[in-house]
This record gives sequence, structure tokens and C-alpha cells, in this order.
Amino acid sequence: MTEQDILTGLAEIVQEITGIAADRVTPEQSFANDLDIDSLSMVEIATAAEDKFGVSIPDAAIDDLKTVSDAVSYIAKAGVPA
Amino acid sequence: MSPAARPTIDVVVTGLGATTPLGGTFDETWQAVLAGRSGARVLDEDWAAELPVRIAATAAVEPTTVLEASAARSLDRSQQFAVVAAIEAWQDAGAPDVDPERLAVVVSTGIGGVTTLLEQDEVLRTRGARRVSPFTVPRIMPNGPSAAVGLHLGARGGVHSPVSACASGAEAIALALDLIRAGRVDVVVCGGTEAVVAPLPMAAFAAMRALSSRHDDPQAASRPFDKQRDGFVLAEGASVIVVESAEHAAARGRTPYARVAGAGLSSDAHHVAAPDPSGAGAARAVSGAIRDAGLNPRDIVHVNAHATSTPAGDVAEAAALRTALGPAADSVVVTATKSCTGHLLGAAGALEAAFTVAAIRDGVVPAVRNLDDPDDDVALDVVRIEPRRMAVPAAVSNSFGFGGHNVALALTEV
Repeated sequence: MTEQDILTGLAEIVQEITGIAADRVTPEQSFANDLDIDSLSMVEIATAAEDKFGVSIPDAAIDDLKTVSDAVSYIAKAGVPA
Repeated sequence: MSPAARPTIDVVVTGLGATTPLGGTFDETWQAVLAGRSGARVLDEDWAAELPVRIAATAAVEPTTVLEASAARSLDRSQQFAVVAAIEAWQDAGAPDVDPERLAVVVSTGIGGVTTLLEQDEVLRTRGARRVSPFTVPRIMPNGPSAAVGLHLGARGGVHSPVSACASGAEAIALALDLIRAGRVDVVVCGGTEAVVAPLPMAAFAAMRALSSRHDDPQAASRPFDKQRDGFVLAEGASVIVVESAEHAAARGRTPYARVAGAGLSSDAHHVAAPDPSGAGAARAVSGAIRDAGLNPRDIVHVNAHATSTPAGDVAEAAALRTALGPAADSVVVTATKSCTGHLLGAAGALEAAFTVAAIRDGVVPAVRNLDDPDDDVALDVVRIEPRRMAVPAAVSNSFGFGGHNVALALTEV
């Protein structure tokens, strides 16, 4: 799975959970500042990402996922089979 | 006897909203009640198949089809109903331009987000603790509907949620009256909501033998004051109204529908669920509301009864009205709109207050559906068959709740 695939999948999750159009979910966007996603919704997004990508995102890691790019990189490194 | 010193701040109703089994708006609901329609049905959903009672009145319009998906997703169904009804009431009031710090919200629920609780318990047991939604607590907390409405409207003058089972919606309006009279705020968005048409609540009410089991004719199941009544019909939905100081309404050029003239609250201290058969507690609430409004019993021409269609409750309420109104009970015109709507529990008092406001505004009292053979122990002028056209200068709306809560609201023309 490429980082583009992860971005596409993550954008789908964000759209489903927050209603924000998937095409607004681009790498440089900040979840909190640009997309106005609160901390509870971030927990839901992380949980859905765990299910979708088969990775583990501990609570401590969620705080470090400031931007969409941070999340894509984290998921890629967390062991998505290539 | 002259009444005690009257509060100097008059409180009026300027907006009505509802989403119920009879319609997605207050006006659709009101027209359906005037037409004598019933919102009840036999539940054909799989989850209901094994329940001893499968009659309920479900919402006519799914709230998720009205609200934005992103807004609806974090809300319990009861909160969704509350927000839908609040938006309607707010718009109906002309979206008041009010200082946010002078705007309060009082939206109550009888039971709260129990369907979220049950759903997330299932998630916990089948998928584990880490899959439990982080929105579980805000969805289940009893103040959640009031908080959701407050957030939506940007209310900063306080968000409250008095809880008193099936009197909650009326108690919310009573608290709104107090807040405005006390001068704390100018506008209050107030009402009640409920969404518990689900297996456990239905089984629990059935276990109390509180529900009608007239499965062969569900639209005849809710029959307040009728000899053949055998329990209430569980319903869901919300009703929210906008109340404000008369001065505030006048300053922005709004003509109010009615006044919230007084409230009376009491408790039975008799039994947690059974009504006091003498109706003494309920009578004290009715008398209190009339006195608080600066009225006399003979001023009251109409009562929207709590009358849920249970054998014990309806006759106890009739006794209470006779005690509170005295000889005036012979002429008061009574209706029981749960015959059409079913029992919306924590929303019922707010919905029936809104019906009472509409009766004052429109000069008409709805008929009680299914009242084929009035109970001899009721002996009141209960409207049957056709709505009654009449001027309604002053009326009372009753609400009672498990726990022995009694709330009566006195509503008058402006």
C-alpha cells in the first residue's frame, strides 16, 4: 500500500466521521487548526484507522499526529505491508 | 384573598418546535392532532419480535435526514430530536437577536441516552474497550440534549436539565419561567426530548404493566379516560419552545402566541411509580400554577391533561382536577393529546404545553381519540369526536412523572 493509498483511505475515514469532504483532507492540513477536528473525533479517526489499516495507534501517539501527513507517515511506518 | 406580590416580569411564548410520531414539525403535529390521527403502530422490526408489548409511536421523520451527518454523528438520537425541534422553534421565533449571555437553554429528558449506552455496551462486549466510542459519555449524559442545543445556538447564559421522568419537559418550562422572572436571562429555549423505543426500555415498561397490549388495533391502544384503557403507548420525539420576557419580545417587534403565566410543582411522597389515588399532590401542583399566575380556578377554561391511558393514573388526575378547580371542574374543557401522539415521556410535558399554546392561539381544543366510552369516575367535560372551537383565555397543562413528580403550567392569552 502506497502513502497515496493510505491518504485516500484516511480521507475516507475523516469524511465518514466528521463530514469533511475527503478532497479537503490533504497532507499539509492540520487536523485541529485547519480541519477543526476535536480530540474526541481524533480518537474515533485513530480507532477507525487501526481497523482499516491493521495497525496499532496508541493513545500517546495520537497527540503527535498534528497533520494529515503525520498520520499517513505514522500508518506507513507502523507496518502496512508494501 | 388577593394573590401575593406578582412578579413584574411577564414571560411569553414566541416560538414552537417539535418532531413527533405525527410529523417532523410542530404545525404538522398540531394539524394531525386536530384531525385525530394516531402515530402508533405495531413494531415489525426484528428486535421487537420477542417483546411482550410491540406497540410504539416512532418518529415520523428520521432526525438524521434533517441534520447534517457530521452534526448528527456525535449525538444520541434524543439529542438529535432536541436539536431538530430547537432549530424549528428558534426560526419560528424569528431567530431572536439576543446577547448570548442573556440566552439560556433548558431541555430535559426523562431517561437520557440509553440506546447509546446499550449499543456501546454491545461494542465493549464484542469488540473490546478500545472500540468504545469517545462520544459515549456526552451521548448518554442526561444534560446532553440541553448541551447540544446550547452549543448549536451559542447560548452562554446557562444550560440546564431538570429531570423528573415524564414531567421533565414541563419542569424545563417551569425553570425557564423562573430564570426569566429572576432577571437572569431574557430568552430561554426550553422543552424536552426522548428516544427510548428500544428493546430494554420497552421490556422494562412492559414489566411494570404500564403499556397497552392492544396489538390487534394499535391506533386504538392509547385511549385516555376511556373505560377500556389498558396502558400507555411509548412514543419518541422532542418539543422545544422559545420563551422570553414580554419586554424583550416587544422590543424586537414579535407578537407572542401566549403567556407562560405560572407554574406549580409538587411531589406525592406516596409511591415511586403509582399515582396517589386521591390526586392530592397533582391537585397542589394545579392550584399552585393557578395561584402563581394570579388567577382563580374559574378563570381556567381548558386543561391539557397528562392522562396517559393507564387505569389508575387517569382517574387520579380527574380527582386532582376536581380538588384543585372545585365547582369550576364542571365546566373546564379537557383534552388528552397522548391519544394521538402516544407518550413521549420526558418530551410529553413540553409538547403538551406547546399544544396548549396553540389552543390559545387558534381558539380550538383537540378531541381525545378513542374516547368511545368515558370512564364514569372521570366525570369531566372531555372533548370527544370533534375538536371544539372556543376562546381559550387561560389553560393548564399537566405533567406527572414516576417518582411522584407533579408539574402544572398555567398558560394564558397575552
